[in-house]
Order: sequence, then C-alpha cells, then structure tokens
Amino acid sequence: MSAEKEAVKDESMLLQKAMISRNYDAITSKHETGRKVVSTFVPGNLNELVMCFDMLNNLPEINAIQAGMRKLSGGYIMEAEKGGHSEDVCTYVKADIGQMARGNIAPNGKPFPDPDILLLSYTGCYTFMKWFELLREQYKCPTVMVHVPYQGDGHTTQNMRDYIVKQLKEEVIPTFERISGKKFDIDLLRELMTRSAKAEDDLVWVIETAKHKPSPIDAYFGAVYYVGPIFSAFRGTQEAVDYYKVLKKEIQYRIDNKMGPITPEGEMKEQKYRIVVEGPPNWTNYREFWKMFYDEGAVVVASSYSKVGGTYDMGFRHDPKNPLESLADYCLGCYTNRNLPTRVDILEKYINDYEADGLLTNSIKSCNSFSAGQLMMMREVEKRTGKPGAFIETDLVDPRYFSAANVKNRLESYFQMIEQKRRGVKSAA
Amino acid sequence: MGTQEIVAKCQAIFDDLNFTVAREWKAAKPGRKVIGFMPVYVPMELIHAANALPLGIMGGGDSMEVIHGDAYYQSYICRIPRSTIELGVTGRLDFVDMMLFPFVCDVIRNLSGIWKMMFPNVVSRFFDTPQNFDEKIGGTYYEHELLELKEAIEQATGNKITDESIRNSIKLYNENRKLIWSLYDLRAKEPWKFPTWELYLLMRAGLQLPVDEHNQMLKDYIAAAHAEDKPRRDNSRIVLNGSFCEQPPLNLIKSIEMAGCYVVDDDYVLINRFLTEDVPLEGDLLKNLSTTYLKHSVETSCKYVPKEEDKGKYLLNRISQCQAEGVIFAAPSFCDPALLDRPMLSHRVSENNIPSISFKYAENSGQMQPIREQAGTFADSIKLWS
Ligand code: SF4
Ligand code: SF4
Repeated sequence: MSAEKEAVKDESMLLQKAMISRNYDAITSKHETGRKVVSTFVPGNLNELVMCFDMLNNLPEINAIQAGMRKLSGGYIMEAEKGGHSEDVCTYVKADIGQMARGNIAPNGKPFPDPDILLLSYTGCYTFMKWFELLREQYKCPTVMVHVPYQGDGHTTQNMRDYIVKQLKEEVIPTFERISGKKFDIDLLRELMTRSAKAEDDLVWVIETAKHKPSPIDAYFGAVYYVGPIFSAFRGTQEAVDYYKVLKKEIQYRIDNKMGPITPEGEMKEQKYRIVVEGPPNWTNYREFWKMFYDEGAVVVASSYSKVGGTYDMGFRHDPKNPLESLADYCLGCYTNRNLPTRVDILEKYINDYEADGLLTNSIKSCNSFSAGQLMMMREVEKRTGKPGAFIETDLVDPRYFSAANVKNRLESYFQMIEQKRRGVKSAA
Repeated sequence: MGTQEIVAKCQAIFDDLNFTVAREWKAAKPGRKVIGFMPVYVPMELIHAANALPLGIMGGGDSMEVIHGDAYYQSYICRIPRSTIELGVTGRLDFVDMMLFPFVCDVIRNLSGIWKMMFPNVVSRFFDTPQNFDEKIGGTYYEHELLELKEAIEQATGNKITDESIRNSIKLYNENRKLIWSLYDLRAKEPWKFPTWELYLLMRAGLQLPVDEHNQMLKDYIAAAHAEDKPRRDNSRIVLNGSFCEQPPLNLIKSIEMAGCYVVDDDYVLINRFLTEDVPLEGDLLKNLSTTYLKHSVETSCKYVPKEEDKGKYLLNRISQCQAEGVIFAAPSFCDPALLDRPMLSHRVSENNIPSISFKYAENSGQMQPIREQAGTFADSIKLWS
C-alpha cells in the first residue's frame, strides 16, 4: 500500500483545522467543563441561538463526513445495517448510529458525550425528523423540534415565518433556558448575528471570485472548506470573522497573480472546463474524486451543495435588527428547502453568471432530498442554457457505492462532450 | 347486491387506469372539477366543498408499463413517482384540474416541483401539514394553510367555498370515516367475513367515487358481508404496517391472507380514516379541521412524534384493540419514511413480546412466492408458539 501524499494546505485550512479540533475538544470535555452540548443539523443550524446559552454545537452530519473522510464510515454503516437499519436509507444516519454502536469516538480519539438536547431543525430534508427520533430513542434526552415549512410555491409567506418564530419563542428558547440554566439575552443574539453577517459577506465574496478567469477557487471541492465555519459551530464567532479575513487575503493573492485553486497536490494550473455541480460530494473518496477533475483541467465554478447551510449568495444575511425573524428566514431559505423550479432557476443562473460549460449532477444514492427529481432538473437546465449536462451516481459516506472507474469514465466523456460542443459552436460560427 | 358484485365494481374501478368513473362524474354536469392528490393526507372536505371530486392517485400499480417515468427517476427511488409521471405524460390525468402533493417525504415533495414544470397548465400545490401539534403554534399555522388552500381551490375551480358547503362536506366525510372505521372493526372481529383484499378494493374505490356514493357502497357491503357465510380458517392475526404510500400489488395483499394470515389492521389507503374522530360541525370549520388533525389522527411515519414515550404507541394500541398476534412490516423499497421508522417500531413491538417480520415490495413486484413463504412461516410460528 502506498502512503497518501501529504496534502498541500493553506493558512486558512490550518486555521480551520484548529477551530474544528478545539470544538471537538470542548465537546468531549463537557463533563470537566460543565458545558452543555446540543446536537443539530447543518441546514437550519441555529448556532447563534445555541451560543446565547453557552452551549456547544455538535453536528452529526459533520461527524459522518469526518468518518467518511477517515474511511471509517463503511464499517459504521455495516454496523447499523446489522442492527436492523435498511440498506435503502440515508448513509449519514447509519454512519452516525453505527459510530455510536462502536463507542462513539470523536475525531480527537475521545468518546463523544451524550448530547444534553437534540435540536431537530427540520429544514429541507425529511430524514432529519427520523434521524433525531432514532437518536432520541438511544439518548433518551430532551428533543425540541423546529418545523420549517417547505417553499412549495417557490416563496416564503408570513404564515411560515410566524410559525417558525413562534416555535423559537415558545418552545426552543424556553427549553434551552431550562437545560442551560441561562436566561435568553436577545442583545447577545443581536451581537452574534452582527458577526454572522460580517462573515457571510466575506463568504459571498469568496464564492463569487469563481467568476474570475482563471477561477482562484474550486467552488465545490474547495468550497466545502470555505463554508465550514459558517455552516457549522462557528457562525457568529469572532474566529469565523477572522478566518474569512485570512481566506480573503489568500484568494486575493491568487486573483492578483492569476493563479488557480489550491488542490491537495498544489496549485491547479490549467483550467479547460468550468463546471457547475449539483448535489453533495462523495466523502469516502474525496481526494480521488477531486483529482478526476483537476487532472482533466476541470474547475467547479459554482455548486448547489455549498448552499445547503444557507443561500447567502442570493442575498440573505442574518439581521441583528430582527433576530428571530431572520433566523426563520435563514431556515426557510436553505437550498433543499426550495422547490425544484427554484433550484433549476438557481442552477441556470450559475451557468450564466459564472460562464460555465455545463452542469454536472452528482446524484447521491441515499439522499432523496437532493436526488429525487435531479434528472428532470438537469434536462431543464440543459434546455434553457444550451449547455450539456452529465449525471454521475455515488454516495455520501458509503464506500460501496463509489465506483471510481465508472465515475472517471463518465467524467472523461463529459469533458470530451464539452470539447466537441465548443468545436461545433466554433465551426458553426 | 352481494359482496361479489360490489367487489367486482370496485375491482373494475381499481383496474381502470383511465379513471373513467371520475371522468364521467366530471362530464356529467358543467362546473364540476377534479382535484388529484397523492398519499397520505389532504383535507378532502375542502375539495368536495368546491363541487370538485377529490381523486386519490396511488401510482400506476403493477399493470401499467412505465416507459417515460423511468427517465425521470434513478433506480434507487421508489416507484410511485415514476408511475405517477407515467400517468401524467400518457394523458391519463388530462382531466385533472389541480394536483395536491401533501407532506409525506422528500420524493412527493420534489414531485410537486416536477409537476409544476411538466404540466404548467395544471395548478400544482405542495400541501404542508404541521409537525408541531400545539394548537396555538402548529394549529394557528395550519388554519392559515387551510385558508390558503381553500382560496387556491376556489381559484382553480372557479367555485366559491361557503361555510355551508364545508359543513355539508364534513358531514359526509364524517360519515365516510365512521363507516370505514366500523368496517375495520368488523374485520378485526371476524376477519374471515371481511377479507382484506376486498376491503382494500373498497378503500381504493373511495379514492375515485363521490363520497356519498362511497358511503352507500360501504353500507351495502357491510350488510351483504354480514348476510354471507364464509368459512373461518385457523389463521394467525396480524397487523400490517409500512404500506401507507406506494401500495403493494393486489396479489401481494391476497398472498398474505392465502399464506395463513388474517390481516386485522393495516395502513393501506390511510387518507380515508386518517382522522380518528368526527370533525365538529359547529363554530369555525377550518379550525375544527385543524384541531381534529392535530389531536385525533393516526400515527404514521410522515408525522413527527414529539415525545419518546409516545413513539409506536398507536401501533401497539391497534395491535391490542385488534387482538393481533404479530406484525408484518411491509414497506416499499427505498421508502425513507417507512424504512427509517421501522427499527423504532420493531423495537416497540419486540419489547412487548410481539413477533414480527419485515419485507420490502414495489407496486409492480411480480414474485409472490418468497413473500407467501415468509408470511406462511410467520403464521405457523405464531400458531406454534402462542
Ligand atoms: S439531506 Fe440527504 S444526506 Fe442530508 S440527512 Fe437528508 S437525506 Fe441524508
Ligand atoms: S413510497 Fe415512501 S419514499 Fe416513496 S413517495 Fe411514498 S413515502 Fe415517499
């Protein structure tokens, strides 16, 4: 077995790594520090509210991703299936449950403590509801739900917003006060949200730099890191604000020097294809998957996955003037909470605004929230933009469903197709 | 009319993928409209109150060849959305004026968007039911949603919905649910007299017939079944769970019974008994619909259960009310709601020493032999050990 080469890392990556480790250390030492832990989801993540109660935020999706990247998820999933969980359902859930069955060890090598509360922010995915019913059965801990209505007609309504705010006021906040023993302080929430908005401005600046040619970032594989602090336990912190400052500087340097994104193997030199990607990535073979792109000179200039934890590039910012309403709007606006026609509009806009060559869909076997309807979406985007689409199928954290040879073949022929299409356009002109 | 005649009528309705009964109803009088809906729950009263026929669409079953629909869905997504699309693109739903896609799961939710794009001339709406069951929170939200739905139906049908018409519709649906619940009780008492496949066809007919006709049909069937003598077998009594959305082929339903199981409760075609108590006829009717939904509706996978101690309680209650001896968890392949719920429900059942088995199906499953064998062995083991 050949050892994997050490990946090239920017300062911002090292910074983020340290932030994540600190959060895991804080979580795993909750018994010593007496701090309370909330488990919750990335879309509809109410981090500022959690921080108001000095609680720590633990995100099982992120833990599943970590397990996937460290090649542990396969074993966890099998463990869960042995315990009666169906092979057909979301593999994040099974990775989480299997991990629990195997001692629930955090990435820092210490056992995860049981959460003090499950905050079921139901935003954009049905599975969330069952996932936390399943966890509640295990942990027997208090659970509070925020039901976020779906934007079925492509817009939000005052009724939806009022419903969420009421749930926050009358259920979530009182429950958090009870668990944490701390009184809710709306001014603290405002203060945290001011920082959120600052970091969000910077994140948008970052992801929109992909409009440059060459693009200084990869808006899928690279963006996964860029969205990290805002999508997880750091939105609202000074650390997140500082992280984006550093990141912006790095990217500005690359723009000034006409450099491409930094991949695990160094700077990506040639950019032959500009791609928009729909759907989450595969985590078990993440580097291998990314390599298939940069080896062919394909850079991702926009992706929907980098909007699952908030659609900031469409204008939303946490608003300290209307804190609870703004949390409601945040939850309502997450990508998978938007209906399919809106998702198509977004992808079409990305193709145009980022001058992309086409849309690639990475369809995830066990994620109905993203996947059900993606074929239709792809065809619609193709029709509207005249740019070719391609469809590959993998899974999030189940290594059994990542067929490297198939994916590589499919990608190579897709890039050829783009090439042919270009030639066709040129010769027609 | 004997049961055979009634069941034959239901079978004809079930087999007809052109929905002739509904088409004829619509054509019979000007101003009539048809509103289609997907499983699991929509307030049919509001549709009926607009002089429209609520048409329950449960996919294409096993007799329809899916040609176009497969191009819209990957192999790892259940079958009902693809066969529903097939119904749409083959023009079988061309008489439907509006489509409702209720909160069930992300597949149905996303199908609502596909419908908007594929059939722009049909009004398509996602219908969100609350997952918060507090009257002041979920209730207030739901009343507004009902009001919005009412207005959308009025707009799509061009017919005004008055309080009087809602009251009249609630009355008819209260009666419908009462009859259906009583039929379910009768079957639990004397399952040999009310075979499940017959009951199932009656339920399916209710998705196409006007409610008053269905009420009459139910009364006729109950009377006829009482009058007939059917042999009582030494079958095991089981509750079937997990089939609330995509339906199994009729043959599968028959196979379970033929294998030696009396189904004494099930969750097929849940819409027509989703509410477990009458909707009150006095006062604010939308509020009444909302409160009945919040406080008196079945527990199923598409509803959140706020308290851990209540999870699975409904199933356990049904098992004891129907004096069942075992549970068959039968879920469609790739069905998130049923399959994610199953481990929790099966824990509750086994904690109470109730035996269970589980299998998956698709609406077009062809091979019944393995299921018959599994159900047969299960029925035998119940008899042997109970
Ligand atoms: S969005 Fe997809 S991957 Fe995430 S929890 Fe839901 S089903 Fe799983
Ligand atoms: S069968 Fe299950 S997954 Fe499929 S649409 Fe119905 S509820 Fe959703």
